[in-house]
Formats: sequence, C-alpha cells, structure tokens
Amino acid sequence: MRIMTKFLGETELDEQRKLVFPRGLYGFEQHIEYALLEAEPQPFFYLQSLSDKDVCFIVIDPFLFRPDFEVDIESADMELISIQEPKQAAVLAIVTIPSQDSGLSLTANLQGPLVINRETNTGCQIVQNDPRWKTKHDIVAELEDGRK
Amino acid sequence: MLILSRKVNEKIVIGDNITISIIEIKGDQIRIGVDAPRCVKVFRQEVFSEIRDANKAASESVPVLPKLKLPADKRRK
Repeated sequence: MRIMTKFLGETELDEQRKLVFPRGLYGFEQHIEYALLEAEPQPFFYLQSLSDKDVCFIVIDPFLFRPDFEVDIESADMELISIQEPKQAAVLAIVTIPSQDSGLSLTANLQGPLVINRETNTGCQIVQNDPRWKTKHDIVAELEDGRK
Repeated sequence: MLILSRKVNEKIVIGDNITISIIEIKGDQIRIGVDAPRCVKVFRQEVFSEIRDANKAASESVPVLPKLKLPADKRRK
C-alpha cells in the first residue's frame, strides 16, 4: 500500500507490516494504525500514523543507551496485545528532539515506552510505576555514562 | 461519589481483592498504600498527563536526527 509520511514523502508499506495500537497513544487515541520506518541515520525509526501524515514519532530501542532498562508490563496490557512471553515483545521509546536554539537535549521517554508484539504487529503504550524511568532521559548523556 | 472518613492505619476495601490503607498524614500530604492484584492498574493521575504531554512534545520534534556514538557492540551489523 502507498502511504503518506511526514518526513519521507510518499512511500510503500507492505500491509503485513502495519502496526495496530488498539488504544492509540496517550493524547493520540484516535491514531490506531502506524508504520515503523527506518530513519537515517540509524538507530532511529519513524512511527508514522497512517491516518494523518503529520503525526509521526521518532523512536529508538531504549536498550541501546540504557542496557539496564526494564519494562514492567501489566497483565491487562499483555492481554491487549496478546503477549505470552517476553521474546514476542519489542520495546521502543519515543524520542523528543527539541529545536537547536532551545538549548534542550535529545530525550527519550522511558516512563511510557511502547511494547509491540512482533508476531501480531499489535502494540500499546504502557505506563511504568518504577521511579527510575522518567519521561525525559538524556540519550547522549546516558550513553556516555554507560561507557564509564 | 462515596465519601468516607478514615484515620491513620485504617483501610478501605474495594471489591474482593483491593485494599487501600492510610499510612501517614503529614500536613496536606497523605501517604496511601494500595494492595491490588497485578491486573489492576494503579497510577498517580498526573502520570497520564505527563505521558500525554511528552507524546505531544515528541510529535513536534524537529527531524534533525543526530548521529549517536554507540558502543561498538551496539552498532548495526
């Protein structure tokens, strides 16, 4: 299928690879269907809404900069996306890239990560109660901390 | 809305398996303990608005993706 995207223009998506978030994302409840597209440079991806080309999130594998990251998923959420065992799940964190003149850092949201069942391509945004995981983790700083 | 008065160490039971305990009262702050099965979601209400705000801010990101200096073992093969 042909899809319209915010950052990559018009592109082709294999319908089998369409992601469905039955509950949407918080604040974006009306956007249910997405495409996960490789961004340049890696390791970023675009999570592009299929219902509105202007709704697109930049996402990253959170374990790349926080190998100690843990996801505690509620059983209701596991049922929603039919996950029985951890290996079925892929985890992504939504990234915020502020404008350069804002002086703010590139951050990732680890309090509200996305969990996707890679076999069924369904996903949901979960909420974590562990106080270690916040909505703004400085990706570059934590990558450097990890190297020490 | 049902309104109940409770003292420190008193509890409220909801259904068969949820118990709310009043742990401590200090000024205008109350520490509350919630005992509920794993399938029941319990969150501070603000958490949802924080995540909603974070999503909103993220959706307005500028598409200038930086090159990350990933450790060698994390680079894509």
